[in-house]
Amino acid sequence: MFLVIRRILSYTKPSRIVLACMLFFALIGTGLSMLIPILIGKAVDCVVGAGSVNFSELMQAAIILIVTICISGLFQWLMSLCTNRLAANTIRDLRCDLFSHLQRLPLKYIDSQARGDLIGRAVSDMEIISDGFLQAFTQFVTGIFTIVGTLVFMLTINVQITVLVVILTPVSLFAAAKITTMSRDSYMKASAARGALGGLTEEMIGSQKVVKAFGYEKRAQQRYDATNQELQDAGMKATFFGSITNPATRFVNSLIYAAVGVCGALAATGNVPLIGVITVGQLASFLTYANQYTKPFNEISGVVAELQNAMASAKRVFEVIDESAESDDSHLPALKACDGSLELSHVRFSYTTDRELITDFDLKVHKGQRIAIVGPTGCGKTTLINLLLRFYDVDNGTISVSGQDIRKVTRDSLRSCYGMVLQETWLFTGTVADNIAYSRPDANREEIEAAAKAAYADGFIRRLPKGYDTVLTEDGGGLSQGQKQLLCIARIMLTVPPFLILDEATSSIDLRTEQRIQKAFEKLMTGKTSFIIAHRLSTIKSADWILVMQQGSIVEQGTHDALIERGGFYANLYQSQFENTVE
Amino acid sequence: MKRLLPFMKGYWKEFTLGPLFKLLEAIFELIVPLVTAKMIDVGIANGDAGYIWRMGSVLVILAACGLGFALTCQYYASKCAYGFGTALRSALYRHVNTLSYSAVDRIGTASLVTRVTTDTNTVQSGLNMMIRLATRCPFLIIGAAIMAIRIDLKLSVIFLIVIPLIGLLLYSVTAWTVPRYRENQNKLDNIARRTRENLDGVRVVRAFSRQKEETDAYREDCDIYARRSVYVGRIGAILNPASFLLMNLGIVAVLWFGGVRVNTGHLTQGELTAFVNYMTQIALSMVRMAELLISLNKAAASAKRVADILAEEPDIVDGGKEAVPVSGVPVLTFKHVSFAYPGSREESLRDISFSLNEGETLGIIGGTGSGKSTVANLIPRFYDVTGGSVQLYGEDVKNYTLDSLRHLMGIVPQKASLVSGTIADNLRWGNETADETEMVQACQIAQAWEFVQSMEHKLETKITQGGRSLSGGQKQRLTIARALVGMPKLLVLDDSMSALDYATDLALRNALETKLSGVTKVIISQRTTSIRQADHILVLEEGACVGYGTHEELLEQCAVYAEIYHAQMQ
Repeated sequence: MFLVIRRILSYTKPSRIVLACMLFFALIGTGLSMLIPILIGKAVDCVVGAGSVNFSELMQAAIILIVTICISGLFQWLMSLCTNRLAANTIRDLRCDLFSHLQRLPLKYIDSQARGDLIGRAVSDMEIISDGFLQAFTQFVTGIFTIVGTLVFMLTINVQITVLVVILTPVSLFAAAKITTMSRDSYMKASAARGALGGLTEEMIGSQKVVKAFGYEKRAQQRYDATNQELQDAGMKATFFGSITNPATRFVNSLIYAAVGVCGALAATGNVPLIGVITVGQLASFLTYANQYTKPFNEISGVVAELQNAMASAKRVFEVIDESAESDDSHLPALKACDGSLELSHVRFSYTTDRELITDFDLKVHKGQRIAIVGPTGCGKTTLINLLLRFYDVDNGTISVSGQDIRKVTRDSLRSCYGMVLQETWLFTGTVADNIAYSRPDANREEIEAAAKAAYADGFIRRLPKGYDTVLTEDGGGLSQGQKQLLCIARIMLTVPPFLILDEATSSIDLRTEQRIQKAFEKLMTGKTSFIIAHRLSTIKSADWILVMQQGSIVEQGTHDALIERGGFYANLYQSQFENTVE
Repeated sequence: MKRLLPFMKGYWKEFTLGPLFKLLEAIFELIVPLVTAKMIDVGIANGDAGYIWRMGSVLVILAACGLGFALTCQYYASKCAYGFGTALRSALYRHVNTLSYSAVDRIGTASLVTRVTTDTNTVQSGLNMMIRLATRCPFLIIGAAIMAIRIDLKLSVIFLIVIPLIGLLLYSVTAWTVPRYRENQNKLDNIARRTRENLDGVRVVRAFSRQKEETDAYREDCDIYARRSVYVGRIGAILNPASFLLMNLGIVAVLWFGGVRVNTGHLTQGELTAFVNYMTQIALSMVRMAELLISLNKAAASAKRVADILAEEPDIVDGGKEAVPVSGVPVLTFKHVSFAYPGSREESLRDISFSLNEGETLGIIGGTGSGKSTVANLIPRFYDVTGGSVQLYGEDVKNYTLDSLRHLMGIVPQKASLVSGTIADNLRWGNETADETEMVQACQIAQAWEFVQSMEHKLETKITQGGRSLSGGQKQRLTIARALVGMPKLLVLDDSMSALDYATDLALRNALETKLSGVTKVIISQRTTSIRQADHILVLEEGACVGYGTHEELLEQCAVYAEIYHAQMQ
């Protein structure tokens, strides 16, 4: 816990001056604000009774009061400004740190984490740290200042009564702690029930159409109501217990107030030797202090819960930052003169130790060759991409491009040799032109349009409301699957790398678009070495080499004829296709 | 807002008593300064220790009663709020289930989910807060003002100046900050979006070596967000110090003019102290009140969003007749069916007619947007036709009850969606009482048994939300099995074999043909291979029928069909 705090504080380093200012402003601001009740008391003392008001002293007290009030208000505002800046800057730096680390983390890590969870860490956890840690931190600081200050001021007025207040303090803390433990249990239950209900709602409304198709409404409602009931029971308890902290501490505070009132009044009569003597004005300020004394305790105990939350969030953030990044390749040379040849020798690979996917795999590809990857959907084309582009490292053996081991060159230079067009397209929020230029940010408009034309995408792009400047919303928004794929092809057209990885359309694309994609692929592939995830017979038959994959592993390889001869998995697959088409 | 009132049923007692107890607490709180004033004016002035002790115990009693009242109020508040919230949520969810496809499309799934979850929560906590605070703050403000007036009318003029000033301050600061905070929220959404895009496209980003640019763009977004937060915070941070300033300046005024009044004998020293106390109380209450109003405002906005959904009238109305299979009549008939999506002027289907006898198969083929799925959606009345009629066993589908109508059908939607739970849980959607043999059988026909069997827990294998642990093809096969478990008379497959490889596709179609020969089938596909064996094939282009017949007939007569076929066979 201490380490986490230190680490967050280390992020405040660039704003060290702001932090120092904040502490200074807090000290002066709260210090002066605590002086105010004393000054008010002094003023009250000038107003004894009819005909005996000391106006010159009252005037003096009032002027000092006004000055104090103004300075204190100003400093409190300045303190808030510093806190805001501190929080905003610290979180900004932390957030950027997390993001740039995400860019360097191995895919192995990113693939293994739930998307929503990682996004949560980058967004909501950051907000929790900002609210909880930094805001709470200032409350903590001012709280402590207030308590210490109040005690000091009370001591200057009357030692005995102050001691009484201090003795009563733990009662308030005890009450707050007791209630917190009481409510924690129902809080957990309530948030679990709320989570469960949210999940159920999301799922059931998300599958609304299926719910209707199967007449599942009644059963869904039963499940919903049962969880809803749980939420009612737990939520009511949690809210009730949570809300009694305030009245309970207020009660304790009232007791302290009563005690101070009685003792103070007795002291003011001057007849009780044990408590000493005070004036009515001093009593008034004492009462104000007593009224405010427990407030910082309340605030601090409230802040402790928030702090704990923030700690948990900070831990989650640091967990990601502490994951080790991909090995540094900045000292390696860039890939030299890539000619489009590729060799895999004795490659072994597995994602998990219990299942080896690729065992002792050899493959030699010459410039301009076409390699078809064949297999049922989900057969593991990603595995191949992961290895070729070095998103994952092989466990054993080597992959070399133009005779250079891909582990001995920079990742960036290796990846720039590849162009990928997959069925799962990726477009980002931005204009069509920006999306195409993603492969080459310096491309000008003519080049972009030329690439789009080459990819047969120009036609539909021009029909979009703003043509090339149409802003695509998240993941392509209104575009069809096929159109998205054409945009991705245009992206590759801009760079035309020596290696291509292409994914043929299956069936969710309409015919004309499919034909366009096919034509664009042909254009791309001329003279390039290409890996095609193939679904069409013609593509497969015309390939120079076929890799047959099943469940992530390469089960067979060879030319079409050789594989048919062999009568294995490929031959089977081919038969079923053949049966279908010629009959 | 009126629509939400019925859900308060059974909780009106809590709703009225809660604030009442809070009021009592506030009254007791207001008495405290009076007692203290007496302590000073009578007890100290007379040196009467007994009196001081008596007043001290009065303070303790007041505090104890205050605590009791407060707890009672909190109890009523949480009981009422959660009772109301639970009833509202349940009714809202029930209502969402009655909404038609067109309503769901229009409102959007994400928005519906937010309204059922977040918005109901906001309304619920708004209600809780209202019961607890809505009476307390105004009462304390008014009460303290009245008490002050009772003590000294002339001096309380200061209140009349300070209270509106604080009010104005609160109003202008919140009016300025609230919309800007909301704007900031959008900036934060931007950051979230960027994070998601980069995680989803991590391979593309790295393939193009754009990590640095992405990081820079992200940094810029974060920087904008940070700067905006600081900017809005600058004004937001004025609120507390400024109201503190106004309050204390008011107190100085009270002290000065109070001094004058004391000097002339209109006021005592103790009363002046009470005056100062009231000023503090009013200022603090006003700040609380501003916070309260902001939350209530949010709750009201949420309440409106919830009420909007409740106001949606279900537009697909149940017919009265039980749908039962009748032999000797066509199972499914489309008679000159036309359909336009709500709000769209153009018809998505125009004059479609066909008739299917028991056990026959209809294949539907056409490009994207040709209206294939629309045909599928009209059969179970997910939408109602805008022209012509859809008939099941010779009777218009509108005459049947929705439950019985849909019960006769097995529908496999285009998007394979499964819910969290075991595979068996999912399969039982079609038939609650299906036993293991029935489920295994359905899986076998759907070509799903092979992979289900290879799983460690077989049918009891847990699948995560949305079926993420399964491949696309596996999900499709399970959704087909799910439809088969219900033993449908009519099976509608809406392009639901797209993720299957040819071998599995073929095996599945063979199984459907041999094992379910009595079931009437509608198969929608983009592949000619999937439908070529069908008894009838309907070729759609832009909502119109451009060909109807068997594979052989169409190859000769229908140019569109022939084009598709040859393109796919090359």
